[in-house]
Amino acid sequence: MRIEIAGENSVIIYFAEQTSAAVSASVQQTMHTLENLLGKHLIDMVPSYASLLVIYDAFNTDQYFVRSCIAQALTQLASAESQPGNLIELPAYYSTESGPDLAQLANNAKLSVDEVIAIHSAQEYRVYAIGFAPGFAYLGEVDPRIAAPRLSTPRLKVPRGAVAIADRQTAVYPAQSPGGWNLIGLCPTRMFNPSNKPSMPVQVGDRVKFAPIDRAQFLALGGEL
Amino acid sequence: MNAFTVKQPGLLTLIQDRGRYGQHRLGLTNGGPLDTSAFDWANRLCSNDINATALEISIGGLVLEAQSDTFIAITGADMGVKINHQVVAMWCTLKITAGDTISFGFATAGARAYLAVADGFQIAASFTSTATVCREAIGGIDGNKLKADDSLPCASIAKRMLLSLPEPEIPDYSQPVSLRVILGYQQASFDQVQQRLFFTSQYQLSDKIDRMGFRLQGQAIHSAIEGILSEGICHGAIQIPGDGQPIVLMNDRQTIGGYPKIGSVIALDTARLSQLMPGQEISFEQISLEHAHNINHLAKVRQQSIALIEHR
Repeated sequence: MRIEIAGENSVIIYFAEQTSAAVSASVQQTMHTLENLLGKHLIDMVPSYASLLVIYDAFNTDQYFVRSCIAQALTQLASAESQPGNLIELPAYYSTESGPDLAQLANNAKLSVDEVIAIHSAQEYRVYAIGFAPGFAYLGEVDPRIAAPRLSTPRLKVPRGAVAIADRQTAVYPAQSPGGWNLIGLCPTRMFNPSNKPSMPVQVGDRVKFAPIDRAQFLALGGEL
Repeated sequence: MNAFTVKQPGLLTLIQDRGRYGQHRLGLTNGGPLDTSAFDWANRLCSNDINATALEISIGGLVLEAQSDTFIAITGADMGVKINHQVVAMWCTLKITAGDTISFGFATAGARAYLAVADGFQIAASFTSTATVCREAIGGIDGNKLKADDSLPCASIAKRMLLSLPEPEIPDYSQPVSLRVILGYQQASFDQVQQRLFFTSQYQLSDKIDRMGFRLQGQAIHSAIEGILSEGICHGAIQIPGDGQPIVLMNDRQTIGGYPKIGSVIALDTARLSQLMPGQEISFEQISLEHAHNINHLAKVRQQSIALIEHR
């Protein structure tokens, strides 16, 4: 555990050098405790794999108060029970039609397409971080058998809802964007919709499981091909 | 309808309030004016709320037509603004009559101008803010920069105090800039030699500048580590990618990233950085967090203590 200065009104807490479900749970718990302890002095926080960036109102408080709140939050952490995040099920239409990299990924992994689908949908993932774009949730960790490096040439257009793998991470693209991840299917659930409350179905610390659906179910759930 | 009509949008004109805060957990960045100081003066000259919605005009080229009587103020970079072909003063309250055409030329010194209108532009907030972030398609009008024929609703105002900023307070953007930096994040991975090189070298602003980050060019510096587990990035953070050329991360930065960072530039100085043009000279100066705290408090008190000149 280390606390470093980030900027004129922010500090970053490093919980570990590597991430794990336990580290991610600590990030999550500390964030919730600090929200209460800092109250109106808090401007924002960015939870990530093994760190928490805390941005405070330096015109109304200072680093000493913030550090004392962090120390208190970390003390409470030691005694608290780890809270498992919500489990969210995301439907996924896995196919070579909806996932242009599925066949190649299976081939490289020396597995059948059905085996790749079975492995990807069997795992329970954790939301480690949200970033890159609004609603882009980094889910880990992908079974090493189906882990795949990023494409050497990123696509200019990845469709909204694309279920994708990069190394041992997986994600659902929240909006059409450029991207270099391997596309294996499509999810009809909107990962970011400004008019929904909440605007995202998941938050950092939640658990996610993919449920395979067929083409007809995908279309019935509002999916577009 | 009380509004301004966009005749020509210019190169990059954005609807901005002071920015979007408390939304990083959704992956939303801050947005907001790159030069908060000039933005704040524009609103104060219109006797507005501090967070009133205004326009950020980058480089120039904006032409607006007023559909109502109101008051505006223009601050920041000098773009030779004309009202009905008559050059007008900046850093003061200007009376506008329905039918007036306000046209911006192109910046001669500085890079961003701000136009505030009495009571602010009436734009619906998205995630608590009107700030436009094009990359996220959030804020402003449908998340876009201004386009021709956009309508910018505002109030019709008959009376407002006519104010101007005292001449000595008007910033000179042609001066070289020294960016004050607080060491932080992975600073320990930059050894003594690298840190000394960083703080004693002259850099130039490259042409790779956008609202996410400003890339500099000059002496390369190197971290002992290549990358890190992605982590939260604060405003002003200085990222050092593999080529060793610093990138100062600005208002529209990604919320998380995995390049080593040596520290962060204070916001007072990212504001100055945002007014530079490619090729201008930049250096870095190390300050302590305590010093930054004092500088920020004093700057705020000083800004509040400046008495605007009242006309008539």
